[in-house]
Amino acid sequence: MKNEMTNKEYNEYIKTKTPNSKIFSNCAKAFLVGGIICVIGQCIIWLYEKWGLDKESAATCTSITLIFFGALLTGLDIYPKIAKFAGAGTIVPITGFANSVVSPALEAKTEGMVLGVGAKIFTIAGPVILYGIFASAIAGTVYWIVSLF
Amino acid sequence: MNTRIGRQTVKIENPPVILDAAAIVGVKEGQGPLRDSFDKILTDDTLGEKSWEKSESTLQRQTALLALEKAHLKQNEIDYILAGDLLNQCVGAHYSVRDLDIPFLGLYGACSTMTESMSIAGMLIGGGGAQRVMCLTSSHFCSSERQFRNPLEYGGQRTPSAQWTVTGAGCAVLGAKGDGPKITHVTTGKVIDKGVTDISNMGAAMAPAAIDTLSAHFNETGMKPSDYDMILTGDLGVIGSDILTELMLKEGFDIRRNHRDCGKLIFDIEKQDVHAGGSGCGCCGSVFCGYIFKELKRHNLKKILVMATGALMNPMVVEQGESIPAIAHAVTIEN
Repeated sequence: MKNEMTNKEYNEYIKTKTPNSKIFSNCAKAFLVGGIICVIGQCIIWLYEKWGLDKESAATCTSITLIFFGALLTGLDIYPKIAKFAGAGTIVPITGFANSVVSPALEAKTEGMVLGVGAKIFTIAGPVILYGIFASAIAGTVYWIVSLF
Repeated sequence: MNTRIGRQTVKIENPPVILDAAAIVGVKEGQGPLRDSFDKILTDDTLGEKSWEKSESTLQRQTALLALEKAHLKQNEIDYILAGDLLNQCVGAHYSVRDLDIPFLGLYGACSTMTESMSIAGMLIGGGGAQRVMCLTSSHFCSSERQFRNPLEYGGQRTPSAQWTVTGAGCAVLGAKGDGPKITHVTTGKVIDKGVTDISNMGAAMAPAAIDTLSAHFNETGMKPSDYDMILTGDLGVIGSDILTELMLKEGFDIRRNHRDCGKLIFDIEKQDVHAGGSGCGCCGSVFCGYIFKELKRHNLKKILVMATGALMNPMVVEQGESIPAIAHAVTIEN
């Protein structure tokens, strides 16, 4: 190349050539779909409460229910279609967590139940689980220290 | 004999002929603008196999057998088969040629494999080392997603610069004698890395390699862009093509009129929602062996340059902080 650009210049140049994601409309779609999932969750809580569960049990059962439907819709290949529209709106709620566990598991079936599904099921959710537990351990320790005084 | 006419370019004095070519593509590719030019369109991308890797090798094998059939040749009449794909250890190629009785050389040039194989085959035949050689390559959306990105059912959004891996395979049968378009020049690329680290922007990562090889080709052969009816790149896509044409102009070569890109041709970019266009070995493989080869046979194209580009990317090494090296190989094809 005669007109040799430095790597830095080239990377600056390609930024001008690469379209950005549509942040505003993506945020709006994420808010809409994420909000709808939360509304559905709230309705399920009320339903469980109506069926006689206390508030805490109703919330737990709602999480389980949403995880079930997240997994089911992933298996039926519907969840990724909603996610294509919703983006973060389907990743952030607990249904997105179900999707991130079920999708690698489905794909790893071809390598068997142990080295396939067993080893690869948490390839996406792994960091969330690890650092989630780690963060809660730190928070618990801080809470314990504070509660000493 | 071959004559080396520059640092990267070889002129083949006894140019090999592309005797015939076959292309098979997946369902989505079969809905694209080039649907009528492929030999076969799959109705099921699994091809009845239990894993995507097996699907890809079956796709490749079917394409190889179809090309042989079209060229009216038997396996024992082929001296070499040069094949490659995107998968680790080239499993697509290795398991497809396992059932064939042909000496094999495996290639990995990422998405540049089609022209890499035609370059080597051209020089093999031109140098007298072989009479007939098959060039074979494939890619499969599902096996590539698995290896390079996320599981298929994972709910994520692709960036606007992301490209869609083509499910498709192409096979060209080259011979020392016969009728058909000939490979007259081969320009071999160098690995070029301009420090791009975004694995969702392959076009930008590969464009510098394309510019390097294309400039070398023009400088070493003395040819001009206007000597070609078409300058066909493999899978630079919308962004990479834009960068290529703009920066080539700065190099003093105007290719805006006759540049085409397989990644832009194979899909209807807007309607088929493929963001920056198609990619993968099978993109150039199927578009060249399908659409372009037919256009050459009909003499609608007289002289073309085919240059497939490859992002030599490994997701693990990119996660370690490395950038994406790229390569481009070009072959001149004349009627």
